[in-house]
Order: sequence, then C-alpha cells, then structure tokens
Amino acid sequence: MKNLVTTFIVAILLATAAYAAEPAASTQAVSAVIASASTGAGASTASPPVSRSESAAPAKVKTNKAITLSMFALIIGITLGVVVWAARKTKTAADFYTAGGGITGLQNGWAITGDVVSAASFLGMSGLICLYGIDGFLYSTGPILGFITILLLMAEPLRNAGKYTMGDILCARGNAKSIRAAAAISTVVVSVFYLLAQMVGAGKLMQLLLDIPYRVSVIGVGTLLIIYVVFGGMKATTWVQIIKAGLLLSAAAAISILVFVKSGMNPVRFFADVVNSGNVQDHVRMALLNDPVPVDGFDYGKRFLQPGLFLKNPLDQISLGLAWVLGAAGLPHIMMRFFTVPNAKEARKSIRVSVFLMGAFFILTTFLGFGAAIHITPQKVAAMDKGGNMATLLLAQFLGGGEGSIGGDLFLAFVCAVAFATILAVVSGLVLAASAAIAHDIYVNIIRDGKADQSEQVKVARITSLVVGAAAILMGIAAEKQNIVALVALAFAVAASGNFPVIILSLFWRRFNTAGIVSGIVVGTVAAIGLVLVSPNMTYPRNVAANAQKIILALENKQAEGVELAGKELASLDKARVDYDKNKNGTSIMGLDQPLFPLKNPGIVSVPLGFLAAIFGCLAFRDRRAEEMFDEMYVRQNTGIGIATAVDH
Amino acid sequence: MAKERYDWTEIAKNPAFLELHNRKKFFLYGWWAFSAGSYFLLLLGAGYTPGLFSIEVFGNINVGYLFALSQFVISFVIAVYYGRVADRVFDPLTKKLIDELKYKGGTL
Repeated sequence: MKNLVTTFIVAILLATAAYAAEPAASTQAVSAVIASASTGAGASTASPPVSRSESAAPAKVKTNKAITLSMFALIIGITLGVVVWAARKTKTAADFYTAGGGITGLQNGWAITGDVVSAASFLGMSGLICLYGIDGFLYSTGPILGFITILLLMAEPLRNAGKYTMGDILCARGNAKSIRAAAAISTVVVSVFYLLAQMVGAGKLMQLLLDIPYRVSVIGVGTLLIIYVVFGGMKATTWVQIIKAGLLLSAAAAISILVFVKSGMNPVRFFADVVNSGNVQDHVRMALLNDPVPVDGFDYGKRFLQPGLFLKNPLDQISLGLAWVLGAAGLPHIMMRFFTVPNAKEARKSIRVSVFLMGAFFILTTFLGFGAAIHITPQKVAAMDKGGNMATLLLAQFLGGGEGSIGGDLFLAFVCAVAFATILAVVSGLVLAASAAIAHDIYVNIIRDGKADQSEQVKVARITSLVVGAAAILMGIAAEKQNIVALVALAFAVAASGNFPVIILSLFWRRFNTAGIVSGIVVGTVAAIGLVLVSPNMTYPRNVAANAQKIILALENKQAEGVELAGKELASLDKARVDYDKNKNGTSIMGLDQPLFPLKNPGIVSVPLGFLAAIFGCLAFRDRRAEEMFDEMYVRQNTGIGIATAVDH
Repeated sequence: MAKERYDWTEIAKNPAFLELHNRKKFFLYGWWAFSAGSYFLLLLGAGYTPGLFSIEVFGNINVGYLFALSQFVISFVIAVYYGRVADRVFDPLTKKLIDELKYKGGTL
C-alpha cells in the first residue's frame, strides 16, 4: 500500500516537472477569474464588466521570491511533520475519519474555523470591502448565522446521531442503501464543486503571486493534499486546519492593529479617513456610479459606507443569503468535523469557539478592506485584480514598509504563506469528506454490507482518498477556464437545497422516512444544479458577441470620422472581430441564448423545492417503522444515551 | 446492542425527558428565529431602506454598519448564553434522566 502511494506521488512530481517545462499558460484573464472566485457564492451583480479588448498586461504584486518560497517551505515542512506524527496514530477507520473522536472542543473550534474560512474569504471579502464599501461587510455576516444555526439546531444531535459521514446521520432510523447512495452522491457533488473552485483559485493565485505555471501549482497543491489525507487522515487534516486558523487570525490581527494605529486608534477617525479619502470618492463616482462629472452636493465618500454598490437586486441578495446560511449548515465536510469530538458537550463547545473566531475574523475584515481603501486606494487594488483579491496582500506590503523594503517583503511573504496554508487546509477537509462518502457509505456499507474489518476499511479509505485527490488534480487542470462563481454557487446551493432540508426534517420530524430523504436530496440537488445551469452565471456567447459588436461599431465609427486609431485600439478592434465571429451563433452549455432563470443564486426557489420534495416523498410512502424509530433516535440525539455502543460497534 | 436494553418509547414519555425536550425546544427555536429574523431584516433593510441605513450615528459610522456589526454581537451573545444555559439547565436535566434510568436497573 505504502509503496503504491509513494510510487504515485513520485509519478505526480515527475509530471509536475514535465508540465513545468511547458511554456506558462497565458496570464491574461487570470485576474478576471480570481475576481469571480472571490465573489464566493455568486454574489448578485455589479462586478465591473471585464473589458475584453484591453490587451495590456495586468499590473502585478511584486513578491520577493526567495523570502516567499522559504515561508512556503516552512509551512510545508511543519505540516509534513504533523503528517508523520499523525500517520503513526492512524490505525482504525475511526482514526482515519474522525481522529478516533479524540479532538477536544477547543481544538475542533479552531479546526472548524480553518475549514470554513477559505482563501476566497481571506482575500476576497477584504477585496469586496475595499472595492464596494459596506456591501462587502454585509456579505460576511451570512456565515456567522449559518454557524448559529449549526450551534442551536444541529451540532449536538448530529454528534449523537452520526459516526463518520452524512449518510450515517440520515441512516439513524434504518440503514437503507438508497439513503446511503443518495447521501454519498450529494456529498461528493457538493465537495467536488467546492474543491474545484478552491483548486482553480489556488492555481490562479500562485500563478499571480509567484509566476508558477497554473498546472504546476494545481499539481503541487494536489500532491500535498494527497500526502496529508492519505497518510495522516483526519488527525493530520485537523492539525493543518488548526495551524492555518492560527496563522490566519494572527495575520488579520496584525494588519488590523497597524491600520488602526495609523488612524490614531480611533474608530470614528478611521471611518472619517475612508469618507474623506479623495481616491475613495473618485472611485465611487467614476467606477461605481459612472458619474463623469460630480453631482453637486452629493457626498461620494459617504456613499461608500451605504449599501447597494455591490448587491443591487434585493431578491438575488436574499436568495444568496439563504444559500449562504443554510448551505453553510449543510456542508458535509463541516458536519464531519462534529464526529471528531468525544461527545455532544464538546461539539457544542467547538461551535461556540468557532463562532467567536470566525466572528472576530470577519469583524477584522473591516480594517483589512477599508484599510486597503485608505492606504492602497481602490483604483490600485482594482488595477491589480478586478475582484480585489490583492487588497490584503498589498496592504501587508505597504504596512511592512512598502514595495522592495525588507519589512514589506517579509510581511507580504507571510500573508502569501497564510493564503497558501488556507488553501491546503480547506482542500484537505473536502477530499476527506468526499472520500469518506465513497469509501464508508458506498464501498463498506453498500457493496460490502458493512462487513469489512478495520484494516480493510482503512486501506479502502486511503486508496479512495488517493483517487479523489488525483481526480481533483486532473479536474483542476481541466477546469482552468471554468467559472468559479458558478462552481461555488453550485456547492452552496446543493448543500442548502439537497442536504439541509433532509437533515433538519430527519432530526425533528417523527414521520420522516427513507422515501422523503431520497426524494428531498434528489430534487433539491437537481433543482439547484438545473437552475444554476440556466442562470446568468453561465456564459452566453450571444451576449459576448453583442458586447464585441458594440466595440466594433464604436471603433469603426471613429475610423469613419477619419480619426487614426492607436495601436492598442486597432488590437482591440481585431480581437472584438474575432470574438464576434466566434460567438455570434453560439449558445450556452444548455443551448440557450439568454438565461431562463433571472437570479444568480437559485436558493430562493431550490431550498423550498427541496423541502417540498422531502415532505411529499415522505407522505406518499408512509413508513411505520421509521416513525417508531423516532423515539429512540430523538432520545439518543438529545441525551447521548447508548452513544458509546453506537460509536464502538 | 443498545436497542434491546432500553424501552425508548417509555424514556420519551419520562417527565424528566419531556421537561428537557420542552425547555430545549423553546430556547433553541426561539433564539434561532431571533437571529435569523435579524439577519434577513439586515438584507431587506439594505435592499429597501437605504435611507435608514445611511443615518450617521458616531461620526461617519452609520446605522447600516452598526446593524451589520450587531449580527456578530448577537451571535457572540447567543453563543455565550447558550453555553451557560446548556451547562446549568440542559446538562443537569440530562444527567438526572440518565441517573434515573440507571436506578431503574439499566446499565449504561
């Protein structure tokens, strides 16, 4: 087994070297893609239209490669040390999936924080605040309510009801193979969409920061995550997440304190600095409100602190809110973390700890985002990257002493390394959850009828993680051009519409049964995916063609008036003509000219559909036995009676 | 297996369990509804009452920012308060129930 894995990893590394020899993929449009990554669950609207005609290379963050790479090496070294230590202690399936239930509530709280706050949150949220003002901050309040939902309604019952996976929770009232299959498929779907978004984001980020080719960064991240998960299982994953959460909060706190000191430690002055910044005022006026000439008496600085610059359609915003909150509560890789603590009391403690840590982090994004707006200026941040992902990094460089100074290089390298650790921690958790669903639910419980011994279970779990990790690398490379917004929107929408309704109903509704679970998961998942496929998230070639046509017309008119076009304009004219020819007769993946569903976020429709399907499915096929089992399950989940036996068997 | 050892329906009717269940239900659903309500009020307010959100309270710090910030404060308060209530009310009630079942002769 170990030889097999080692051979595989060597093969991957060779492949990396081979790819590295290839010319680096074009860096153009990189920033646009990360821009979309950061908007997370597909925020509603308002990203500035990506001008397809600009051929100028985007400005870059200048990292000191020697310092940055040594920081990366340090993080890789420390985490590999953790893996070696964890691998020795991982002997049973319970060790592999749940670290033997031996994580304390405090540790798990840090690990959950490390699992939830992705690079999109770390770099993207502050970027949104820097570019769109208070709307970015409103955006960050969603996950915290998601965790209050988990704290009050889910953590303790789930800890008492489950073993390794979401399938275990849903099978509490009767071990039906159809439930396991549905739960496993939904877990894999959610985790893979989320994983892909992270892998693509990671590849683009490393490409932007370190000039490493896209494929090489994806393969590098993938190789590391395979090593963590295959050898170290949940124990290594947990500690990678704890280390990452520690680094993340230290970085955020250090930057925030320095920003706060620059505004005289006075919150009122800090906000006044934002409002009175001429750059912020110009940015709001020209980039966001498109007023070429200032409107008399209108305070563009104050407008920055008022909502509506980013989230423009209230309905899309509420739909996003639903997916954000319920999706966070339905993510299988987060659920899996409840099983790593010994009992419900510790599960409760871990969520309480993570509510504080995440809350603290999201509050600090005020300083990161507005700090970047004051000291770096939104114009400069947007010039580097349309989504604002470089805001925190540039701010760190500035606070350390500026570009080229030792302090600036060091601080920037540290924050880059934190982003890197963030990516590793999140993808490891996702791969572990997907592997657990395949190995534990599908292989052990469906194919082998639960009759696999410990060594076989661990072996299967390791092989599965290896395969899932390898698949993540291949899909990550294939998905280079995919729309990350759509991927993340899909992951959250499926979790909110497919998983959340059936979990809540099976925990609290006496009559709920197998038919309800299966129909709820299937309809919720299909509805969410279907709506995203026909939503404005997809690319509609005719719209691309129409935009290209506008550019062609404008430039041709200029020519017709006898104005000599500059070289840059001629280039964009040629590009627009190519774009137009390529796209004029095209349709979206679903064969559509225009989106059928008007909202980017399907939650407002697909969540109720998931609930309705679960309720109707359940009522159509009544199951007396499931109703009788409710008392047992309900008593167990509220008291923990009989849990020791449930975990040991 | 545990299944043979307990009469779950009887435990579900036990007064100690019912008290635990009722108290939990009221507390958990109530606070969840409160925090969810305030969150969606924030989203609705941001979408439909921009004027209210723009009123400045301290210097340039306006109602919108304070409302968003209050989401975190509400979450922190609920997390602390729930921890206390669980330690002082729910856990002792659970323990009482388990002790009672032990006394009746079940082995846990």
